[in-house]
Amino acid sequence: MLEIKVKKRLGSFIVDVAISTGAAGVTALFGRSGAGKTSVINMVAGLIPPDEGRIAVKGRKLFDSEQSINILPEDRRCGYIFQDGRLFPHLTVKANLTYGMKLVPRAERYVSYDQVVELLGISHLLPRRPAKLSGGEKQRVAIGRALLTSPSLLLMDEPLASLDTARKREVLPFIARLPRELSTPILYVSHSLDEILDLADTVVLLDFGKVVATGNVKDLMSRFDLQHFAGPFDAGVVLGTVVEEHERAGGLTSLRFAGGLLKIPLFDVPVGDRVRVRIRSRDVAIALNRPYKISVQNIFPATVEEIVETSESLVDVRLNIGCPLLSRITPAAKVDLKLSSGQQVFALVKSVAISRGNTNGLGEKD
Amino acid sequence: MELLVLTPLEAEALRLSLWVSLWAVAGSLPIGILAAWVLARANFPGKTLLDGLIHLPLVLPPVVIGYLLLVLLGRKGTLGEPLYSAFGISFAFDWKGAAVASAVVAFPLLVRAIRLSIEGVDQGLEAAARTLGAGPTRVFLTITIPLVVPGILTGVILAFARSLSEFGATITFVSNIPGETRTLPLALYTLTQVPGGDAGALRLCVISVIVAMLALMASEILSRRVASKMKG
Repeated sequence: MLEIKVKKRLGSFIVDVAISTGAAGVTALFGRSGAGKTSVINMVAGLIPPDEGRIAVKGRKLFDSEQSINILPEDRRCGYIFQDGRLFPHLTVKANLTYGMKLVPRAERYVSYDQVVELLGISHLLPRRPAKLSGGEKQRVAIGRALLTSPSLLLMDEPLASLDTARKREVLPFIARLPRELSTPILYVSHSLDEILDLADTVVLLDFGKVVATGNVKDLMSRFDLQHFAGPFDAGVVLGTVVEEHERAGGLTSLRFAGGLLKIPLFDVPVGDRVRVRIRSRDVAIALNRPYKISVQNIFPATVEEIVETSESLVDVRLNIGCPLLSRITPAAKVDLKLSSGQQVFALVKSVAISRGNTNGLGEKD
Repeated sequence: MELLVLTPLEAEALRLSLWVSLWAVAGSLPIGILAAWVLARANFPGKTLLDGLIHLPLVLPPVVIGYLLLVLLGRKGTLGEPLYSAFGISFAFDWKGAAVASAVVAFPLLVRAIRLSIEGVDQGLEAAARTLGAGPTRVFLTITIPLVVPGILTGVILAFARSLSEFGATITFVSNIPGETRTLPLALYTLTQVPGGDAGALRLCVISVIVAMLALMASEILSRRVASKMKG
């Protein structure tokens, strides 16, 4: 579906990546800022030329240095959603939305104006100019503008990065609906794990211009050797779960996963929906005996598999609770508990510390 | 009340001034936008030279410009002679010559204002338009130009005002011919050269001030209107 193999020298920095995805859906380019994520999608969009390599979308070659193919950006049919929106300030929202749509022959449009306005909930904004929109509204219009060109690929460069948490919550569901309602593949650049949890099928981990790892979100984000990419506070594991039941009185939702049942704060999605959760290792405590009379809702019998001294003040413990779980403790705690590989312990996970995303319909196999 | 009525001489000078300035600005605007775009965006060897050449009229005495125009475009000039024998086009000693002189002198002001405005345009918006399927020409016409309208307005008004006040280059190039090249400043100059012309000169002075003020106010109102449009 999407094939990228490009090299580009930018000053002393070299981007050299090979990415290939099979199915439609969301492919996330994840990495620290300066890892070369934006350069990659700029090359796909045709805004900067690679030094060498090739780029193909759905079998159509957009760039091939060997065959001297370099399709102009206006002919690539890549819908690009920029971090800063980039709405045209002299045009109304409506004129912004139709700017690209009018240039696409009617027969090639797969999504209608009314459909997009409805999907993004922007009908009340149409006569306004961009200066009168909030950040979240701007990004929704920018998404609509790109969608209306009926692109064969959507490129999103941290579309939520310039928004505060409330605005993020406002825009994220709209993006999450896109791969479910339209079959347009999305290449999504982000450095936020939470966004990826909600959206991505496949993650491509970039660092210093190179691909470090590729895989599905669950496998990649739970890998021990890749934890440092998540940032000092975000190391942890991602679990695929299914909604088992809601205990509305207790304000809890139970999720079934390989290790049993996981309780999280009430998450109002239908029973049976797939939900992806991320448990940060700093939110997992270890006890030698099963504690009782404790506020923590999730207590799992666990086996210690590996103990790694990550730094002078941090110890990462890999546990097995039927699936991998990471716990981050201090060296003092390790000594107190006399932890060693193979030991039977209990893992404690606070419900309120769990991040979740509804991935039902993303087509992920558990 | 007679004080408020223009004499035929004054009316003619005013009409000629406006007419000459209008053509000077209208004729040089497309070239001005092109030059501004080249200076703002393009990179090529000799750019500094072109920049200097365009700005030269700003620092040269207008008389020098007028004389150079005479040498170049006069009926016997290097360009003027072939132009006249081939197409019958002549600039010498008529209002078209006055317009050319005004245009050349006002050109740097026009280009400068538009160039600054083009440099202020976020090229990210142009890139966004490209990804939406618009080719470079369409991007230029539908994104770049509308975004530099304030700069174009400023440039046009500045150039227009400069054209109205043009004296040195005009009188050197196309002389001082009543009804043909005698614009307001030239008419004023003529009156100061004849005995008893003081009163007439003063009236022309007042007319010049009023016209200049109107032009400036119009530009202010226009640019305010454009700015508020962009803000929604």
